[in-house]
Amino acid sequence: MLIKKPDDVRSSEITPESVYRNRREFLRAAGFASVVSAAGLGASGCAEAEVRAASQLGPYDTDEEQTPYEAVTGYNNFYEFGTNKDEPARYAHTLRPRPWTVQVDGLVRDPKTWDLDDLLAGFTMEDRVYRMRCVEGWSMVIPWYGFAMADLVNKLEPLPSARYVRMETLVDEEQMPGQRRGFFGYTLDWPYVEGLRMDEARNPLTFMALGVYGREGPNQNGAPIRLVVPWKYGFKGVKSIVRISFVGDEPLNTWQQENSREYGFYANVNPDVDHPRWSQAREERIGELFSRDTLMFNGYAEHVAHMYEGMDLRQFY
Amino acid sequence: MRREPVLKWVAKPVVFLLCLFPALRLTYDFFTGGLSFNPIDDLTDISGRWTLRFLLITLAVTPLRRVTGFSPLTRFRRMIGLFAFFYAMIHLAMHVVFGFVFDIGAVLRDIPQRPFITAGFVAWITMLPLALTSTRRWISRLGGRRWQRLHRLVYVSAAAGVIHYFWNYKVTEPGPVLYIGLAALLLGFRLVTRMRARSRPAAA
Repeated sequence: MLIKKPDDVRSSEITPESVYRNRREFLRAAGFASVVSAAGLGASGCAEAEVRAASQLGPYDTDEEQTPYEAVTGYNNFYEFGTNKDEPARYAHTLRPRPWTVQVDGLVRDPKTWDLDDLLAGFTMEDRVYRMRCVEGWSMVIPWYGFAMADLVNKLEPLPSARYVRMETLVDEEQMPGQRRGFFGYTLDWPYVEGLRMDEARNPLTFMALGVYGREGPNQNGAPIRLVVPWKYGFKGVKSIVRISFVGDEPLNTWQQENSREYGFYANVNPDVDHPRWSQAREERIGELFSRDTLMFNGYAEHVAHMYEGMDLRQFY
Repeated sequence: MRREPVLKWVAKPVVFLLCLFPALRLTYDFFTGGLSFNPIDDLTDISGRWTLRFLLITLAVTPLRRVTGFSPLTRFRRMIGLFAFFYAMIHLAMHVVFGFVFDIGAVLRDIPQRPFITAGFVAWITMLPLALTSTRRWISRLGGRRWQRLHRLVYVSAAAGVIHYFWNYKVTEPGPVLYIGLAALLLGFRLVTRMRARSRPAAA
């Protein structure tokens, strides 16, 4: 007798409730579908509805052409599923984004482990169209789906002594096969850790994403909940978060621990501070042929530059 | 000296096409969407890897002949070496054209700033005179011995090339480690034979 287990139904086949609920908006957005046809770059005939038309963009959204869904979900750095860009899309189906718990601890009013859906209760979901600049020198324009991190911080009520927030990714070799020791017994040190200063976490740009293109998921983009900090290099965006700690000291983030000469805590996008091994002056926008100039704070200086006044950005890279 | 017609009309064209195949495949994939979402990165990556492969093949010719007493590759070494340079030119062109959009000044300023780029540049610049002097005429103009000494620059190209490849990665990956291992093996072979040759007269 063949009994179909729930796992056999891939989450991507289920219409997320959010889409169902917002079907009017979703259909309207679909009307603005734009076909990407960069000459010679017709990678898999990408045609995906942009989330919103220019007239519907919010104050923090960019009106630049959005990177096609196929690229956003098919070209990822998520070492928990492998170090090649196509591996997250191939292997992330093993991740189970529900049920999901998030441990909240440290300098916070009520340290406890939350069921994710309880943690999300009361937040208004929205779309944010942000530039995403990888430290490797490529970039995308991604319509994230989620809510402002400031709302989460307010809900959790950190103590005044909290100066930083530290976040951790799930550790589970079964769900994240890339966490197994590789051929040379070498991977990153898990869990993947990232952090922000409290003012950075409260900045209106800082976003907790549940997914992309108007709905939750897919897994390879950091389901069920991830950080998005558009003025910083992509590696700051810790994915599949299971722990949020409010702390007094600057957390040691994973890439800084891996190579502190090349990666720091701040990781603000800065065309004038080069990575020791490659220039950060330019970037390859996915879908474009020629590279383009990288912008200070990834083009978000008006919203974030004030937080770093008086800091030597060469020292605090 | 009469050339064997089989070598000239069959074997060489076959090897030529085999060496050209990766470039044809890349071109085809590029225009049909067969590459990843970052095709520029793919072209750079794959052309760089073929450069190293062909360099290592040319370096394997002599050890193979010494060890087996027979090396069919010897007759194709120049062609394979020139293909290494051909793929290195594609690799460099991707960097200059798409990465820097022809800003040659920026390309040059970049070279000494980052060891990763420096190593790649050293690998390329040491291949350049070898490609230019690859003709029969240049062998006789320089004289066999001097020409041979010049062409030992390929050791530098290979060493710099595999280091450049290794430094490209954010974490240690098996691929570049394998290339470093192969290069170390092939260059080590030369070191060992040289040391043996030097110690032999003393022993005799």
